[in-house]
Amino acid sequence: MADPRHRLILLAALAVLVCALFLGVNLTGKLSYILSYRAQVIATMILVGTATGVSTVLFQTITGNRILTPSVMGAEALFVLIQTSIIFFIGSARWDSVPVVGRFAIETSAMVVFALTLYRWLLVGKSEDLYRLLLAGLVFGILFRSAAELLQRMMAPNEFNILQGRLFAQLTLPESRLLGIAGGLVALCVALLWRYRRDFDVIALGRDVAIGLGVDYPRIVTRALVLITVLISTSTALIGPLTFLGFMTATLAYQLAGSQRHALLLPFSALLGVIFLAGGQLVLEHLFAMTGTLSVVIEFTGGALFLLMLLRKGRL
Amino acid sequence: MIDVRTLTKTYAGKRVVDDVSFHIPPGGVVSLIGPNGAGKSTLLSMMSRLLTMDSGQVLIDGLDISRTDSPTLARRLAVLRQENHFVSRLTVRDLVSFGRYPHSRGRLGADDLAKVQEALEFLDLADLSDRFLDQLSGGQRQRAYVAMVLCQDTDYLFLDEPLNNLDMRHAVAMMRLIRRIADEFRRTVVLVIHDINFASAYSDRILAMKDGRLVHDGPPDHIMTPGVLEDIFDIPVHVEQVRGQAVGVYYR
Repeated sequence: MADPRHRLILLAALAVLVCALFLGVNLTGKLSYILSYRAQVIATMILVGTATGVSTVLFQTITGNRILTPSVMGAEALFVLIQTSIIFFIGSARWDSVPVVGRFAIETSAMVVFALTLYRWLLVGKSEDLYRLLLAGLVFGILFRSAAELLQRMMAPNEFNILQGRLFAQLTLPESRLLGIAGGLVALCVALLWRYRRDFDVIALGRDVAIGLGVDYPRIVTRALVLITVLISTSTALIGPLTFLGFMTATLAYQLAGSQRHALLLPFSALLGVIFLAGGQLVLEHLFAMTGTLSVVIEFTGGALFLLMLLRKGRL
Repeated sequence: MIDVRTLTKTYAGKRVVDDVSFHIPPGGVVSLIGPNGAGKSTLLSMMSRLLTMDSGQVLIDGLDISRTDSPTLARRLAVLRQENHFVSRLTVRDLVSFGRYPHSRGRLGADDLAKVQEALEFLDLADLSDRFLDQLSGGQRQRAYVAMVLCQDTDYLFLDEPLNNLDMRHAVAMMRLIRRIADEFRRTVVLVIHDINFASAYSDRILAMKDGRLVHDGPPDHIMTPGVLEDIFDIPVHVEQVRGQAVGVYYR
């Protein structure tokens, strides 16, 4: 297994197997209903796993660290704030009269604008002091969350109920109307990012070296940050906040790929994302008969791994 | 050739680089010296397009670096900064191969591999080529980065404090290497250096900066005089001829 491509093929096979098991195990009841439900869940998992895996690796490449992820830097708190502001200022009734695709487009654009401003200001070509950045990310997370909470407290109770339902979207209750457009967006973003895979290898060496070697650094980094934000907001819109999934997939991808080439890191991380979600749900549902707790398990293991990495200063 | 015209950079109201102009014809080693905070690294960063200039112009072979696209410049000009945050799981050969990126865009051909091998051998890194960067000493890693910019195969090399972190033996080896790069490959090397005696021993020309301005410019024997050195560094420096080389003595 010295060749990382062999490991990649094996991982892909494992991902296919896990997805097939998820679809096929314990089929009881009305077959067409249960299959179409599970297919939707698995499609959601593939999209979320891929979007999270790819966006986290690239975020870490651009910021030159292996600990920070978009979610740790407050991306999901920002999503919650945007959702809350929309319901608060526009009202759920008026907002719901907009078609679902339009709503999704507006929410995603708002997220891209805010996140891009924040990340560019906070991250690009600035301090390499990880702890300062981490602190800034946490503070922004708290700021966004508190602002959202303030709005939620001032909201009418029925509006608050509707908002709660949106924010705690779960893997097992997929937003099926969004699957088509989300699938298209994820495929498009990943395809565009894939074109720059060799540039990312150089960008990983740091800004100055990358510019010296002739990478069009500002353009590629800005584009990548836009695409990364679209991936994050798509994933969050589908299943809600999952803080440590990306961190886990990226950390394990570096270990398993044993290479710095993004042509390997990106598929490794994406496949791991799918395996964590589908495999985790499979095990929880059929071995432990628990359905709704996957996010808790992922947050717990991911959070533990995060602390471990932080203590060991990024070396595992 | 390199043309620097009225280059200026201001930080918080202070002119860090103040109206600097000079011309460097092709070939040779040019050293930038001066006290801390004189603006040497800022000047070199602007010349390397790593830092935007407030006003002025830098032309490399007639190409204005503010208007020329980065890939074109990367085939003429290689840049090495003093500190590089390194990716740990990268081998020396991987790193050096990145030097071919401006030519190969990441797809290495036979020609690229030959250049990588040549650079590895030139820097005496052939035996270490499969080591990971985090398994090297500071000096070895420094050499690996120099090998990377060398196989970028550019006419101009800008090196910011290449002697940083090197002991006596490795500092001498590095300066000999820079001399050979200039002599054997006909390259133009511009470097920022703190040790005036290294600058004196290996440069064809020395540019001295102080308070953002270019205050002296000339061959080593013109700069290595007590009057000029005291003017630059504000401490008395005795200059002795030792084995045919002007040596500044300023330690006590």
